[in-house]
Amino acid sequence: MRTDAMLTAYKTIVTREIRRFMRIWPQTLLPPAVTMTLYFIIFGNLIGSRIGVMGGFDYMSFIVPGLIMMSVITSSYANVVSSFFSMKFQRSIEELLVSPVPNWIILAGYVTGGMSRGLGIGLIVTLLSLAFTQLSIHHLPMVILTVFVTSALFSLGGFINAMLATKFDDISIVPTFVLTPLTYLGGVFYSIDLLPGFWQGVSMINPILYMVNAFRYGILGVSDVNPYVALGMILLFIAILSAVSLRMLARGKGIRH
Amino acid sequence: MTNALEIEGLVKTYGDGFQALKGIDLQVAEGDFFALLGPNGAGKSTTLGIVCSLVNKSAGKVRVFGSDIDTHLSDAKLNLGVVPQEFNFNQFEKVFDIVTTQAGYYGIPLKKASESAEKYLRQLGLWDKRNTPAMMLSGGMKRRLMIARALVHEPKLLILDEPTAGVDIELRRSMWTFLEEMNRQGTTIILTTHYLEEAEALCRNIAIIDHGRILRNTGKRELLQQLSSETFVLDTAEPLEKAPELDGFYSHLDDEGALVVDVDKGQSLNGVFIQLEEQGIRVVSMRTKANRLEELFIRMVEDNNTPAAKEGETA
Repeated sequence: MRTDAMLTAYKTIVTREIRRFMRIWPQTLLPPAVTMTLYFIIFGNLIGSRIGVMGGFDYMSFIVPGLIMMSVITSSYANVVSSFFSMKFQRSIEELLVSPVPNWIILAGYVTGGMSRGLGIGLIVTLLSLAFTQLSIHHLPMVILTVFVTSALFSLGGFINAMLATKFDDISIVPTFVLTPLTYLGGVFYSIDLLPGFWQGVSMINPILYMVNAFRYGILGVSDVNPYVALGMILLFIAILSAVSLRMLARGKGIRH
Repeated sequence: MTNALEIEGLVKTYGDGFQALKGIDLQVAEGDFFALLGPNGAGKSTTLGIVCSLVNKSAGKVRVFGSDIDTHLSDAKLNLGVVPQEFNFNQFEKVFDIVTTQAGYYGIPLKKASESAEKYLRQLGLWDKRNTPAMMLSGGMKRRLMIARALVHEPKLLILDEPTAGVDIELRRSMWTFLEEMNRQGTTIILTTHYLEEAEALCRNIAIIDHGRILRNTGKRELLQQLSSETFVLDTAEPLEKAPELDGFYSHLDDEGALVVDVDKGQSLNGVFIQLEEQGIRVVSMRTKANRLEELFIRMVEDNNTPAAKEGETA
């Protein structure tokens, strides 16, 4: 396939993905906006005013980066897993399989689609947070880089989940039982300095902790971990999950007989 | 002339050990209108699925217009348009978006894709439904949508798996006319169908597959010449109580009381009419009893299922 044709195919997949989540915006864009607003009101304003300072900042300012990152992670993952699995379920994935689109373009298209929704939600939540607190950016490149690579990583995770899923239950298990606990325990609402030594050690094996802290460093300039180590780890995971996804596509895991 | 499709020693063994294809060979010439016939589970859809990259083969070679799917898959796919048996589009998307999106997967820019989509949606009578979500279409419209989608990138080889299943007679005829026109314009067409009348009306060459093996691959005329007899149904002016004795012919009455006569190859129908005239029976109309291809197909598949044929299969 020629390069310009591959670019057209890539744009087609991305456009289709964006059109899909825009078409069902009450399911895709509205809920995270409502949920995060409640977090800001309840945790930030009502409870946060009693907690006081966390990591050198008022509690609302402390949790905003984590909440933005949480919405980016869940939306990126949810977009790819639900879209790709729906295509498998309806067999419309066959439209792609019979076409000459290379596997890496298929993967790139879906990941970009997931990132579009994830980053779009991140932007909505950021704008909402401005109604509750002032945001000053400490390190803009770190903010942009972290949110982009995190969104890409969880889009890849959603893709692998969708490839392996055989029924709708399978696409809700990981978000419910893995992603949500890891996000809540990933330092969104607290600094791990508050934890006893043992649990601090346990927290360090949670990959989401690194993403939340790298992003928080970009905005507030404080982090529980080295943000550059965090970025390096995210990039490493992206490389691994990309290789796994491409291998699954090449073998037709769950999509070819 | 290049063959549109060449299959050599194609084998497919599924994960549970079931061997759907047992080393089939098949050639379809460019410009042909070709039917792949067989009973359910014979291996038709598996064969076409491998050609279209929806099924992984276990062994063998497949070439589409000379492009090997193992080494030049992208080139092979560019020449292929596929109309599957089951509806396989996103039911929530609009008709126009489904067709232009498919064109985009083939690298066709949106402007050109839109022109091509309009051309085929108009030809297939779906232009007025272009902004309708696919789920709102009737069954026949959905079938036509799949044909428009398969043609939007102007493939040289069109594969249709049961394209008229569940479609009413009027629509089926209009789809036949459309496909015949596509074939006249140079598109090679391969179809599988359960309506043998369809294969007899449309196709020039026919392969019959059963239990993962090609039983026959030949021209329709050659195939039909193998029929040793033909059955005619005669409507008589007066109802008959029993079938008349016709010297040299086998005859009986069907459920509706019409006279059914088997005429062997080489025998003349005149012999039937002369004897009926002598017995004072007046014939007012006549038709062939059944689809000739259907008779032949049933006979071949039955022969393939005899104990002797099955022994040969195991050996």
